[in-house]
Amino acid sequence: MSAIAPAGTPAVRLVDHFEAGLDAPICLTWELTYACNLACVHCLSSSGRRDPRELSTEECRAVIDELEAMQVFYVNIGGGEPTVRRDFWELLDYATAHHVGVKFSTNGSRITPQIAERLAANDYVDVQISLDGATPAVNDRVRGTGSYDTALRAMGHLRDAGMRNFKISVVVTRENVAELDAFKAIADDHGAQLRITRLRPSGRGADVWDELHPTADQQRELYDWLVAHGEDVLTGDSFFHLSAYGQALPGLGMCGAGRVVCLIDPIGDVYACPFAIHDAFLAGNIRTDGGFAGVWRESELFTRLRGPQSGGACESCSFYDSCRGGCMAAKFFTGLPLDGPDPECALGHGEALLAGRQAGQATPRPAQDHSRVRPPARDCDENPLAVWTP
Amino acid sequence: MTEFDLDRAWRVGAGVALRPERFGALAYSFNSRRLSFLKSRRLYEIVRTLAEYPSGRAACEAAGAAGTELAQLRTALGTLAATGMIEERVA
Repeated sequence: MSAIAPAGTPAVRLVDHFEAGLDAPICLTWELTYACNLACVHCLSSSGRRDPRELSTEECRAVIDELEAMQVFYVNIGGGEPTVRRDFWELLDYATAHHVGVKFSTNGSRITPQIAERLAANDYVDVQISLDGATPAVNDRVRGTGSYDTALRAMGHLRDAGMRNFKISVVVTRENVAELDAFKAIADDHGAQLRITRLRPSGRGADVWDELHPTADQQRELYDWLVAHGEDVLTGDSFFHLSAYGQALPGLGMCGAGRVVCLIDPIGDVYACPFAIHDAFLAGNIRTDGGFAGVWRESELFTRLRGPQSGGACESCSFYDSCRGGCMAAKFFTGLPLDGPDPECALGHGEALLAGRQAGQATPRPAQDHSRVRPPARDCDENPLAVWTP
Repeated sequence: MTEFDLDRAWRVGAGVALRPERFGALAYSFNSRRLSFLKSRRLYEIVRTLAEYPSGRAACEAAGAAGTELAQLRTALGTLAATGMIEERVA
């Protein structure tokens, strides 16, 4: 991302325009389904089972028509696992035929050699394969047994089909932060681009955040690594709160929630951002509130987010201009006040607040949980032959 | 980066879309998947109409740019050319 300015023109900074909101999002995330064949421990959307209220193919097409009219250049499609929708490939073609580019996130399970060929042939499609460990041991602990091999197989198919610069998307954790160079090597091997994003305490991520989020030392290491790699490694603007370590990282450097980004969930609910699936950040529903454009332009929540925000205690910090108090969702789901430091504040103010929370203090729970219900533990969960005696 | 040649003919790059905004415009390249911000309405106007003029300079002048602003616009156009947002055409 870059800003091209004839010098001297901007009396108002670009970031001020963005904070006041645009008539249409720059890009948005659209979770097409809550159904998923995996059950990653940190899933932002607590996915697993399909929601019977899911938008129909017709309704999805109508959303795409609106995005085209609003000149949204591209949409990040996710889930759940979006490719499990029977109409997924049809919707992908519909979007790209209507000048709405698609970048979709997948665990790779449905990326066959034939599909890879088809994707490589469409300039308006980008693919993002999720991988949370550079080794099967680290990855599969988070994403499930066999998921590393599945992802690597998909990447091989994309490379063989000649798909250049597809994305490998890594959520950085305490366990994989030591593998950053190894992830980069995997990306380079596949002609892919590495994307590193932040572990958020959202969805099922709330249950594992305490154990999996990087330690303060690891955050510093991550920051230095990101600075060294510059624009070669994408971050989805995840780490602007780390700018307090020194120079700002590439990107807008602000929270775009409800201002330049948002989330459409599988049942048409529109949230301020993909990390905030909770009633407190629900702007409306495209079925009942005037379509997507109606929600984007008229929602009271979005209007509020586009107004002046209080930085609270952070306003006196010399890094407030670049960090801007960090991530709203990270604060919310860890039970911290929204007008204070991020739980992973580079100066350590968040840690102090987390430590000061009452033992057993309830933190907000996600609005919806589509996790598959696990049956009670039985011996045969561990070994299918456990009670079998010939 | 070589100096941007205002006297050659230019156009919006292949696979690049522009979206006007109050501050100027967003430019997005479907090839490089890169997003750029055009930070003034005049720059947007120039980029949008580049293909209609025999040279970059003519497009700038038609949009009312002169003097020091022209030098600044040249730098901005140079960055856009370097990232494929605009490209040279045969005049």
